[in-house]
Amino acid sequence: MTVDSTPPLVQLQQISFAYPGRRQILEQADVTLDYRQRIGLIGPNGSGKTTLLHLLMGLINPTGGKVLFKGREVSSKEDWRELRRSIGLVFQDADDQLFSPTVLEDVAFGPLNLGLSQEEALDKSRQTLDNLGLTRLTDRITHQLSGGEKKLVSLATVLSMQPEAMLLDEPTNNLDGTIRARLISILKGLKIGYMIISHDWDFLAETCDELYTLRDGKALRSGTECLHCHPHAHSGGGLPHEHPQQQ
Amino acid sequence: MTFEQFSTGSSFLHQADPRGKLVSAGLLSLVVALAQNMRTALAGLLLSLLLTAAARLPWTKVLRRLLIVNGFNAFLLLLLPLTYGGAETARVAGFDLSLSGLWLAVLITIKSNAVILIFISLLATSTVAKLGQGLQGLRLSPRLCLLLLFSYRYLGLIHEEYLRLHRAAGLRSFQPKTNLHTYKTYAHLLGMVIVRSWNRAARVQQAMILRGFDGTFRSLDTAILHRSDVILTAGLSFAALALTVLELAR
Repeated sequence: MTVDSTPPLVQLQQISFAYPGRRQILEQADVTLDYRQRIGLIGPNGSGKTTLLHLLMGLINPTGGKVLFKGREVSSKEDWRELRRSIGLVFQDADDQLFSPTVLEDVAFGPLNLGLSQEEALDKSRQTLDNLGLTRLTDRITHQLSGGEKKLVSLATVLSMQPEAMLLDEPTNNLDGTIRARLISILKGLKIGYMIISHDWDFLAETCDELYTLRDGKALRSGTECLHCHPHAHSGGGLPHEHPQQQ
Repeated sequence: MTFEQFSTGSSFLHQADPRGKLVSAGLLSLVVALAQNMRTALAGLLLSLLLTAAARLPWTKVLRRLLIVNGFNAFLLLLLPLTYGGAETARVAGFDLSLSGLWLAVLITIKSNAVILIFISLLATSTVAKLGQGLQGLRLSPRLCLLLLFSYRYLGLIHEEYLRLHRAAGLRSFQPKTNLHTYKTYAHLLGMVIVRSWNRAARVQQAMILRGFDGTFRSLDTAILHRSDVILTAGLSFAALALTVLELAR
């Protein structure tokens, strides 16, 4: 039997975090995102889901624990830069993500920062938009797009950097059924791993294989087979759970 | 909030490179603004009218824009003849009106209309994004260019946030009056808009950092000056020179 010794893509080890003057939001939580792994992240409002993604990307510093990227602890600025080259974050509000005048310029922003030439960045951006079926939006003004279009373009801005994994913060918020279905099809077609925060359990069941639940500062891991939504006569219905098989 | 009312069109001014238009608008408006001579001001106004006609802009919208500046001009036309003083006066309805003051108010009115029309015909015929790129192309401070582009990008959103808050206050029966409660409410609204704008700015900065932004804005813009752009810029620069000669000639 061979043991796979490749370290996971990114890991939060024993991570603790508290905003100044507030209670501990994460307490020695362990989270792992491996290559091509598709993880859903759920938890009540204020449980620290977005905070966890921000910790993974180094936007905030943990009060305890460490972040490992490909098995190495991420500490210096250069380490974080390397991690951000490999992992993209799609913000909850697409307006935070789209700041360039046109869609093409916004999608090319990341590739240009990665050191690609103008021609290469243009090629990469057009190709990404094409892959996502967004070619018709290429020359549109970003702030004039509809909410759904903005969300898909913000996904393109991250994918054009060819990340090894992606973090998505409530991607289905305020999306209509058509755009939501399109997003599901795009995510299912991706060959990279991702972690998605969402309260849309059906969406997570369709796009993810595993699940983390944030509860009392800890991240509990499970499969998505127990992720379902139906009326409950007991108080634990809001959390992932399994029902014993009826004999 | 409506932006870029004049930026779409098919006239040659709409197609022209923003760099040439920025330089021309700068030169022309400077000469017109500094003019002390009525001849120069009138020639500037004539040129600006010709440019506006060449841009084929809807006149009703242009006149509506001019109405704003002429509201201020109306005050000047009313106040300067009464307050400017000078030897030459005319007595109207018991008031001594200064002719120099009237002359100055008319000069300011003509010059301000000319400058606004120059800006509308040359600058408003490009999108703000193109103007930002044009300013970058003219090697203006990248920070200032970014400030322009970001202000434009997020001004609408900030305005929407203000409207949302205002609506929420209205739905709780808030009616603005001249009292402390109204002043306090508006102060709170303003404070909240600033806080939210600040938070948004922080999130946008995070989004930029995560996509590799290191302080240098790399652009896809590879705009090349066409022959027509050079001719237009040269022509308008020559017009600015002619206005200067007209101004200096006694």
